[in-house]
Amino acid sequence: MEATKELLYKMADDALIIGHRNSEWTGIGPMLEEDLAFSSMAQDKIGHAFALYNILHTAFGEADPDTLAFKRSEKDFRSAQFLELPIGEYDFSLIRHFLFDHAEHLRYDSLAQSTFQPLAQLAKKVKGEIKYHVMHADTFLKQLGKGSEESHARLQSAINYSWPYALGVFEPGAHEAELISTGTFIGEEALKDLWLARVTPIIEAAGFSVPATTQEQVVYGGRKGFHSEHLASLLAEMTEVTNIDIDAEW
Amino acid sequence: MAELNSLDPRVLRLDLKKIEDGDVATNTHLITYEVFHQEKRGKQAVHAGVVHASTPDMALVMAKETFGRRGKTAAIWVVKTSEIYTLASEDEDMFETTPEKLHREPGFYKVRDRIEAYQKRTAVPQQ
Repeated sequence: MEATKELLYKMADDALIIGHRNSEWTGIGPMLEEDLAFSSMAQDKIGHAFALYNILHTAFGEADPDTLAFKRSEKDFRSAQFLELPIGEYDFSLIRHFLFDHAEHLRYDSLAQSTFQPLAQLAKKVKGEIKYHVMHADTFLKQLGKGSEESHARLQSAINYSWPYALGVFEPGAHEAELISTGTFIGEEALKDLWLARVTPIIEAAGFSVPATTQEQVVYGGRKGFHSEHLASLLAEMTEVTNIDIDAEW
Repeated sequence: MAELNSLDPRVLRLDLKKIEDGDVATNTHLITYEVFHQEKRGKQAVHAGVVHASTPDMALVMAKETFGRRGKTAAIWVVKTSEIYTLASEDEDMFETTPEKLHREPGFYKVRDRIEAYQKRTAVPQQ
């Protein structure tokens, strides 16, 4: 039970934080069509977060989704540090979207076979949405790989910068063995291998390379509640309205 | 070039200096694609609008959210705007009298048949 909760919390927090971050592009996207696409995907992430918090609420008696999203303190968040980083330039936001969404795609893919039914059902439900998210990311990567010298250089730097953070998404939790033995989840290590096997050929086919990274460089901590200075400011902004008027109706 | 001031962040992002070089203003890096939206399998694909994109792949990715993010969608088609052929707008007069040709409306015959059948049925026999 603790093991499943841990899995749900980190997935929900990842989705909420990246959804919030990517929504910061709304209105200032590089072009109208992309503004719409990126915003829609950000909304999808918030939807995934809601669904996951809702499982925590209905299956485990945790607080309701709004309370979980808006009323927890920074150290209670189990999201990876990668997702709280500011949006930066579009190169970074695109690469984060590419790297994280592939991890999410494979995570849900494996969870479709989970023995924990609510997650298996959710995985089937969001399959099509995430399929588009990775299609969007792959298409951009491919296109910018054969773009100008500048687009190539910018994306390669973004990959280099993001890589240790992206590997931090697979930070093992305290209950890995239990999640695996109960057939709830394949575990972070197995997921990381699937992810490397999936993203490496796409990155290379687009003309980029995967940077060499030592285990010490991998940015862990998020899964244990240790965050960069960026999460606190994100949460402050995200909870601004609830903190003024907790009963505000939308 | 006159200096443009705008509070719209999208305008500021365009880097107006570059427009003079014909980079953004001429959209040389992007072309337009016409988007067709099919609501259900078997139904007609209906023209929905236009997206800017550099390749057909990018056009599809953009069209999916621009024209498929609400309601139902079975399929999205894109075609380069330059691949659409059209009669010239000054040839519109070729269609001027068409609305008068009611005999070409399928409904015209159905109604006509019914009226004739009715007239036959109710006709007072000639003395």
